[in-house]
Amino acid sequence: MISNEIKQKLIQIVGPENYDDSKAGRLAYSYDATPQFQSLPDAVIAPRNTKEVSEIVKICNEYRIPIVPRGSGTNLCAGTCPIEGGIVLIFKHMNKILEIDEENLTVTVQPGVITLDLIQAVEEKGLFYPPDPSSMKISTIGGNINENSGGLRGLKYGVTRDYVMGLEVVLANGDIIRTGGKLAKDVAGYDLTRLFVGSEGTLGIITEATLKLIPMPETKKTMLALYEDLEAAARSVSAIIANKIIPATLEFLDQPTLEVVEAYAQIGLPTDVKAVLLIEQDGPKEVVERDMKKMEQICREQQAISVQVARSEEEANALRTARRSALSALARLKPTTILEDATVPRSEIAKMVKAINEIAQKYNVKICTFGHAGDGNLHPTCPTDARDRDELERVEKAFEEIFAKAIELGGTITGEHGVGVMKAPYLEWKLGAEGIAAMKAIKQALDPNNIMNPGKVFAKSTRKRVVVTR
Amino acid sequence: MTTVKEREKIQQQFQERMNEDELLNCMRCGFCLPTCPTYIESGFQESHSPRGRIALMKAVVDGLIEPDEDVERSLNMCLGCRACEPVCPSGVRYGHLLEEARDIIAQNKKHPLFVRIIRKMVFNGLFPHQNRMRMLTALLGFYQRSGLQSLVRRLGILNILPKHLATMEKVLPNVPTWKEMNDRPQHLAPEGTKKRRVAFFTGCLMDTMFMETNDATMKLLQLAGCEIVIPPGQTCCGALHGHSGEKNDAKELAKRNIEAFEQLNVDYIITNAGGCGAFLIEYDHLLKDDPHWAERAKAFTAKIKDISAILVEMEFHKKGLSLPEQIVTYQDSCHLRNVMKTAHEPRLLLQSIEGVEFREMKDADRCCGSAGIYNIVQPDMSMQILDYKMEQVKKTKATTIVTANPGCLLQMKLGIEREGLSEHVRAVHIVDFLLEAVKASQQQTNNQIQKKTG
Repeated sequence: MISNEIKQKLIQIVGPENYDDSKAGRLAYSYDATPQFQSLPDAVIAPRNTKEVSEIVKICNEYRIPIVPRGSGTNLCAGTCPIEGGIVLIFKHMNKILEIDEENLTVTVQPGVITLDLIQAVEEKGLFYPPDPSSMKISTIGGNINENSGGLRGLKYGVTRDYVMGLEVVLANGDIIRTGGKLAKDVAGYDLTRLFVGSEGTLGIITEATLKLIPMPETKKTMLALYEDLEAAARSVSAIIANKIIPATLEFLDQPTLEVVEAYAQIGLPTDVKAVLLIEQDGPKEVVERDMKKMEQICREQQAISVQVARSEEEANALRTARRSALSALARLKPTTILEDATVPRSEIAKMVKAINEIAQKYNVKICTFGHAGDGNLHPTCPTDARDRDELERVEKAFEEIFAKAIELGGTITGEHGVGVMKAPYLEWKLGAEGIAAMKAIKQALDPNNIMNPGKVFAKSTRKRVVVTR
Repeated sequence: MTTVKEREKIQQQFQERMNEDELLNCMRCGFCLPTCPTYIESGFQESHSPRGRIALMKAVVDGLIEPDEDVERSLNMCLGCRACEPVCPSGVRYGHLLEEARDIIAQNKKHPLFVRIIRKMVFNGLFPHQNRMRMLTALLGFYQRSGLQSLVRRLGILNILPKHLATMEKVLPNVPTWKEMNDRPQHLAPEGTKKRRVAFFTGCLMDTMFMETNDATMKLLQLAGCEIVIPPGQTCCGALHGHSGEKNDAKELAKRNIEAFEQLNVDYIITNAGGCGAFLIEYDHLLKDDPHWAERAKAFTAKIKDISAILVEMEFHKKGLSLPEQIVTYQDSCHLRNVMKTAHEPRLLLQSIEGVEFREMKDADRCCGSAGIYNIVQPDMSMQILDYKMEQVKKTKATTIVTANPGCLLQMKLGIEREGLSEHVRAVHIVDFLLEAVKASQQQTNNQIQKKTG
């Protein structure tokens, strides 16, 4: 609870129009895109600048009020659900692109900038910002940095982390620090920039970021490979990489996913095949043509029944957009849609796809799989009904086993969605008790009063580890 | 103000009547946010977004919050443009949820006496009675023609009205006379070979205030080879009622319309107002729980088609029409686009006219802020949305704004007036524009023949 005295102090900082503690206003920020998590904050505050953020944080630190920074609330780990109440900080005023530096190839932005707006703004200048999470039309850069978002172009171009060069951060005590900068080389001290990327708002509030840009690739081509056999598609992925080709995009969609995506997008996706790969390459024309030809050949060798190259950019874009809608489209099937993002080394992708199907059968649950196969990042998704307790329990068990399997194959419990509340009970499976202890030490040092997005990343107790049986 | 008792009742009815599966179907991905005009214009307030409103409805069902003033404000602020529906990958039918929620609130809340009287007058006393609609329009006609209008304007009497309403008075079309309105056809033969037999849904406002547009519609249908039946038993579509929480009245109107049309043995029922068409095409949803009417409603909705869709089907865009050179832009009617899924056809028709340089404005698919009676009940938000719209119009340098719904048309005219552009820019319904092109083309042919023979 926020006492009236504290409320007045906060209003003094941001003005009454930027402080909302109405029931409806709070409810609207009680959730993100993660199913089954909802919790009301005590207030929603929209600061106008870094100084205001700092003053708010100081008050929160003094009175031990939890503070949850939130972009557009599209994350999938309940990372922005205010499970311990407190203040949700929104960045609707801090949404400017401050500078596009064409000499240093950087862009400096405030956290509230929508990812796609940034991408389009730099593309107008012939520059390229590759991280493209499926929610990029909605998500903010601040959210992307805090979650270290990936996307369809991750396998060739890396993820958000690889493009953050410098940050302005408000620490839990209200101090404002600047990390990194427009520098290709910089080893002055610890790499705090990387520490804050993916920290899910648990270490500080990011108020500004300088991001790396690269030149726009000259050309791009897109194709769709169709398969009668799930594992043949997965084997193609490993074969492409093993042949030393790194495509810009290498996405996998299974039949149930294809069906729902087509139901939504209506662009003529094949729904009578078991799986498709959406493959893209960009770069100089000759390289793109050569790679596409080679990949087509590999797909055919791996029993692709057909390989179709997109005839126009519109067609290619329709395919990408359709792929990005996969998760939400799966929500058509059942009231509740639970998805994970278990990730394995890409050489293991066929084994993982096979294991997911076996686990689904074992627990008698439906699991649809799509994802960024090219970087080993799969999204097994389970359409279920939260009201069906029995099934929900089986779903949970199935996912636990998927996590365990991923780790066994040298993978991780989350590739790009983050830990948040959702995967916190499993973090120790990946890190071990010592790994958790090291991370907690960092958290303790930077946020001793645990006001920064409390309840995230670290769980109160770890899930008992399941033993994978074959 | 809602009393505690009213709130309890509203909450209880939310639990009984709101479709829980539909509410759960929203997985809160937020794909709807960038398409929501009120989310954008409110400065990205989640409670003014579709995702936020669905969360509020669900929270009332779950008992997490009460249906207080803020919840109501959020629901009232919604334009009902339904731009969130085509972009929703999960296929949530937001419009249906909103309609149900508004109905529950309206039916359980005691409005102040004057609001009740006005609602009763408008919803029950006026729209369902075409003769009264004519009477009112005739009064407006008297006002316009008798010199009263110029007197009122000279004396500045309208200045007592809020500015946007005063401007609205300026942009109302010159309406037909009482006699003209009462002398309506019931059957029209096609010009040339008969290719289709269609019924025409005239609409209440369209057949009075916008009668010229209705005449143009029928003329185009005839030219396209349609035999037209205009059943006199038809009435207002009920959209206004449905969107304002008067669902039962809407159902009664729907039944009357189904009865008027179902025996006609026509290929299509044609509409020329996106708002009406979209409501007619969802009669099957409106009457889905009524065993006596559900099937009949389905048969009715299967025949609904917008004028531009049938014109394209009849290859009207291949007629080789022409007009004097002009830049044209098109403002989508939200309901025509998002519910009737007709967006390509009007553009195709416009682009087919020689002399027309068609320029798509940015966010042409975003609501103009008219939204039924929204511009009257939510003037601030409506005008804010309109200002953005006019900015986009200006960027195209268009001299003609074409639209496909009377509400949008008036709003565009209002926008032109507000921007002081009335000297150079006009707004026109697509059928009037097409008929203009037909006439211009005929004139051209006549001139050519004269030249040759002369």
